[in-house]
Amino acid sequence: MSVLVTASQTTGPFVAISFEQTQIHDVAPSGVSGERYVIQGRVIDGDGKPVEDAVIETWQANAHGKYAHPEDTREKLLEAAFKGFGRVLTNPQGAFRLSTIKPGRVAGPNDTLQAPHLVVLVFMRGLLKHLVTRIYFPGEASNSEDLILNLVPTERRSTLVARKMSEGVLEWNVVLQGEAETVFFDY
Amino acid sequence: MNDPRPYRRPSVETQPDYLYPAYKSTVKRAPTKPLVIPPQTLSEVTGPLFGHDDVKPEEADLTAQHAGEPIGERMIMTGRVLDESGNPVPDALIEIWQANAAGRYRHATDAHDAPLDPNFTGCGRVVSDSEGRYRFKTIKPGAYPWRNHYNAWRPAHIHLSIFGHGFLQRLVTQFYFPGDPLLEHDPMFMSVPVERARQALIAEFDWGHTMPEHAIAYRFDIVLRGRDATPMERSK
Repeated sequence: MSVLVTASQTTGPFVAISFEQTQIHDVAPSGVSGERYVIQGRVIDGDGKPVEDAVIETWQANAHGKYAHPEDTREKLLEAAFKGFGRVLTNPQGAFRLSTIKPGRVAGPNDTLQAPHLVVLVFMRGLLKHLVTRIYFPGEASNSEDLILNLVPTERRSTLVARKMSEGVLEWNVVLQGEAETVFFDY
Repeated sequence: MNDPRPYRRPSVETQPDYLYPAYKSTVKRAPTKPLVIPPQTLSEVTGPLFGHDDVKPEEADLTAQHAGEPIGERMIMTGRVLDESGNPVPDALIEIWQANAAGRYRHATDAHDAPLDPNFTGCGRVVSDSEGRYRFKTIKPGAYPWRNHYNAWRPAHIHLSIFGHGFLQRLVTQFYFPGDPLLEHDPMFMSVPVERARQALIAEFDWGHTMPEHAIAYRFDIVLRGRDATPMERSK
């Protein structure tokens, strides 16, 4: 038996009435181990205008490189307080902000290890289906050996790597169109 | 560690393209550069999990969130969360949001001059049971105008957001009502390429779940991406 996957439809402009109450700005509550970062940025449309109605969802492993999910069967430490999921909305300036820890390295294709990263989903009015992208960390030696990052044309890779603004503060933007367009993935 | 068992790619005809100019907001928001197609890794086949402790039972009843009852036609919205192979997806988090019976959202930027209902917020959440079943009680939303094109009206609809068991199963969609004459004029609905996939976005009248002298029921099954067969299953 095979049934059709339900078609995706846009979140529309009023998603905040639901998601505003279920935002998770602080992915790593106090007591969770790992290097702490604030990740902030803006979502920008093809006219360079801020997107005021976007939703950013993030998913990541803990500092030991373990996902809070039964399919991660590697023998690594789980931390009960760390679920790994973030959800934030953009404000009228198109800006968002979340705080988390840098995840450890997780298994990649063909027995490789991936560089530390967050998987990111982006939803908004005007997106009939969500976008999938990633945030990598600046100055990480393992970025150069990450198989997923290496699939991205060299000149576009920087769109996936956050920029260091100050100690513990990173900037990462979602640029929907144009020269600096963020790399989006299709799985 | 072995590479994870991948999720099947959605058949293209079931899903809208990012760029669909009849829906004007896609023009400046759809990506213009080619998407990169990577292998699926542990990072995408896993995802946040939810359970019955994450939601309160009263979140499933949008008619009981205020002192009084909301105005409008009471309705039951029910169905199952399945994967492409027809297997139930238990413990799926379903979040819904919608306009009130007059077609107005409780949102600061909704400029439609229809009245707000002090007894209706328009949001609910449930987690599917062991058979993938879910049920909400709500008010049938009204149609409302939007500025996409001259005399544009959105057909009555309820927004749904679903988390399955992996981030690749994530789905946001809309539930429409049978017999709505606005559907064929709605660019969001019409953005879905094939008729069969569009029809699957329209709920069915559900006699069995209709509550006598109280509320009409509509059935809407949600189908999430499924996974490829394991090599062993393939050799059968």
